[in-house]
Amino acid sequence: MPKELIRLQNCTMAFDGDVVLDNVNIHFNDKEFLTLLGPSGCGKTTMLRIIGGFLKPTSGDVIFDGERINDVPPNKRTVNTVFQKYALFPNMDVFENVAFGLRIAKVPKDEIKQRVMEMLEVVSLKGFEHRDVTSLSGGQQQRVAIARALVNRPKVLLLDEPLGALDMRLRKDMQIELKRIQQALDITFIYVTHDQEEALAMSDIVVVMNHGVIQQIGTPEKIYNEPKNAFVADFIGESNILDGVMIEDGLVEFFGRRFQCLDGGFAPNEPVDVVIRPEDVDIVPPEEGMLRGVVTNLTFKGVHYDTFVDFKGFKWLIQTTDYCPVGSRIGIKIDPDGIHIMKKSEYSGMFGDYSSYSEEYDELGDVNAEILEELEAPEA
Amino acid sequence: MKKRQASPLGRIFMILVYLFLYAPIFVLIVFSFNSSKSRSVWTGFTFKWYTELFQDSSILSSLGTTLLVSVLSALIATLVGTIAAVGFFNMKKRWSTPLLSVNNIPVMNADIVTGVSLCLAFVAAGSFLKFKLGFGTLLIAHITFNIPYVILSVMPKLQQMDKHLVDAAQDLGCTWSQAFVKVIMPEIMPGIVNGAIIAFTMSVDDFVISYFTAGSKVQTLAMNIYSMTRKRISPKINAVSTLLFLVVMILLIIVNIRESRQNAEAERKKLKAASEP
Amino acid sequence: MKPKYFAIPYVGWMALFIVIPLVLIVVYAFSNASGGFTLDNFSNMLTYSGVFGRSFWLAFLATVICILIGYPVAYAIAQEPAHRQRTLMLLIMLPMWMNFLLRTYAWMSLLENTGLINKLLGLIGLPAAHMINTPGAVVLGMVYNFLPFMILPINSVIVKIDKNLLEAAQDLGANKVEIFRRVIFPLSLPGVLSGITMVFVPSVSTFVISKLLGGGTDLLLGDLIEMQFLGTAYNPHLGSAISLVMMIIVMIAMYLMNKFGSGEETAVMM
Repeated sequence: MPKELIRLQNCTMAFDGDVVLDNVNIHFNDKEFLTLLGPSGCGKTTMLRIIGGFLKPTSGDVIFDGERINDVPPNKRTVNTVFQKYALFPNMDVFENVAFGLRIAKVPKDEIKQRVMEMLEVVSLKGFEHRDVTSLSGGQQQRVAIARALVNRPKVLLLDEPLGALDMRLRKDMQIELKRIQQALDITFIYVTHDQEEALAMSDIVVVMNHGVIQQIGTPEKIYNEPKNAFVADFIGESNILDGVMIEDGLVEFFGRRFQCLDGGFAPNEPVDVVIRPEDVDIVPPEEGMLRGVVTNLTFKGVHYDTFVDFKGFKWLIQTTDYCPVGSRIGIKIDPDGIHIMKKSEYSGMFGDYSSYSEEYDELGDVNAEILEELEAPEA
Repeated sequence: MKKRQASPLGRIFMILVYLFLYAPIFVLIVFSFNSSKSRSVWTGFTFKWYTELFQDSSILSSLGTTLLVSVLSALIATLVGTIAAVGFFNMKKRWSTPLLSVNNIPVMNADIVTGVSLCLAFVAAGSFLKFKLGFGTLLIAHITFNIPYVILSVMPKLQQMDKHLVDAAQDLGCTWSQAFVKVIMPEIMPGIVNGAIIAFTMSVDDFVISYFTAGSKVQTLAMNIYSMTRKRISPKINAVSTLLFLVVMILLIIVNIRESRQNAEAERKKLKAASEP
Repeated sequence: MKPKYFAIPYVGWMALFIVIPLVLIVVYAFSNASGGFTLDNFSNMLTYSGVFGRSFWLAFLATVICILIGYPVAYAIAQEPAHRQRTLMLLIMLPMWMNFLLRTYAWMSLLENTGLINKLLGLIGLPAAHMINTPGAVVLGMVYNFLPFMILPINSVIVKIDKNLLEAAQDLGANKVEIFRRVIFPLSLPGVLSGITMVFVPSVSTFVISKLLGGGTDLLLGDLIEMQFLGTAYNPHLGSAISLVMMIIVMIAMYLMNKFGSGEETAVMM
């Protein structure tokens, strides 16, 4: 049984009446790699800053190892942070940056030297100790920031979108590196990101958030395979989300047809949301298909084709390695384990319809996310 | 790429403007070595105006006043202004914006209005608290018009600073005051030094505000020069000008060499960073 | 102690030495020697409307001349290589660091009837000109003293203009003149506006230049105010009223100019 380390109890955070965290209850276990995942403005960074001690919740308690720490300032917490843009001290070299916390704690000089050098080795920055931090590349600065936090032997390391400023390749490398460091040091990592791939790749536990509310907590597999509502289903990977009716356990009806599925526990004839992942759909000749539709759009993605298929006016996204030209009639087959049933929620009908889909929407979405990000950062 | 430089016409214009700016000063300096009192006829070389200058107790004492008030007001303004800038920076915008515009008033306002308004306030307060215009009021006036310049040069440095730096320092165990000394101070130091230099030179240069707030007993160098130009013409003024010009030039050259060294340093670092794999 | 409270001592200082003194100006402007409310100070000012007119006119002339000289110089300096720009701007600012009384005094000896300029005119056979103690000499003094204040902001704005914009304009078919007219000039307007403020305000309120170069006969606003506080015509109530009116006119002028200026800018941008 893992040991509980941090607990947020009925935590609410409001800035000038703007609720950023809404009565959140969550606990973090020791030695876990936990990721707070959500779009910009969902409250994930706020939660991290509350744990770090930079913000006090408007109401509710922060419990660390059984003690209430609401009023403990950041410098008295056994928690260290890797900041978004690293926040390295530009007036100090690499060694002094890493040694900073130890010097404040008045650790003896020999020990400082030994621990700093050890830590620089862990982050593969040996030989860089007397370099100016401003002369380092983004990835190297990143490693200094991690070393600077870890050298203090915190019980928890908080990481606030630490890979956001790196390019794609470096991000992938650093993801593996971070996971390796976490396992080697055997401490808790709490990681904030809006990148779902990153979250799935590194975490033991993923916490999906939106509008200051926790949507789902679970292992990456669970979050992906059994999303709790339309928001989670849409935010983690691509999903076709349809209106359906649960006839009985293991039998769901949508598009006027009944399908076998593995879910149960709903009232008879309860309206539900049905999630079908684009890669769970098999394309078959029209006459063999459970449903028949027309291909309206096709994008080559390397590993697969993004195929958009019109079923009675409702467009699906199907990811398949089969090439189906635009205009062709196809049939589809879905295995029972490819159909996920969710209870209706406030997000029903908001996501998972590709009818109005175009490449542009993706980009617009990114721009909005950036604008939200600006708005999110509240003045402390 | 073509070489960057102004057009020939632009260059000629530039040269004319520099002539316009420097010719009067040059003439002033030349005639500080003129043996007669004439300001237009050269009669021979002499140092006598300089020796006379250094025997003129009124000029020397007013020079002392100017230096004292400039150093004191620059020091106090730098201290108060830096602390205030940090305060404004950490305030909500809603509060700091109106306060900063009040701070800007002495910078924007005509010197004479600042001068007479302080004069009114000092006279009014003096009649209650039984004090007269003098060195104290002069110093307060100088501090008052110096602080805004310090704040205006420190604020941008605070704003350029990565706002997570203080968080990071606290995260690593610093109290706020340790973070201030170890992280904020080194970051905003150039702004503080700059502010102090500006404050000092504003003080040395000021005439109008001193004129209205120093009273009749205390005289700054500028006030002394003013009364000299009003009463009688003496080449001693030329000598003062020459010395002042030299001091300013040397100061500026020192400051500038320091700055260009720092720039070169930064440039080197950038190059080094760029050459990294 | 939280850092946001650090400003409190200075806020107190501002209240005492910035706000209260300005409030006193207003109080004095609306009262008489016995302390009663009156508007006489303002009606008495009408006798001095000529001084107002002259001050604003001379300051206006000085500002216009400063733009006409300062803009081309600021622009020409911005065309030079970066390292030379620093030195050139330093040379522009250097005279500013010398006390402005001395700078004005320098012109006093040049412009005198027996001064160096007339001596030089005599040498080339021209008749001596009467220059000192004329409005022209006052404007010259203003231009000489405040020209760097015009060059500095214009230059720093022009230097900061993104070079890509100029290439983009060129790419879109603009020639040099069009680039200047449609891109550089509109973008440099903020610099011109702050230059105008920095030249006009000290010009309109000066009393040193008018005393030294104008002979003190044609009064300017600064002289008038100075006389009411430290001079023979001691009347701080009238002096406050004049200061107040001057301040308000300047404020309105700046406001209108900024409004007009920024409107112009957005119009060009669109």
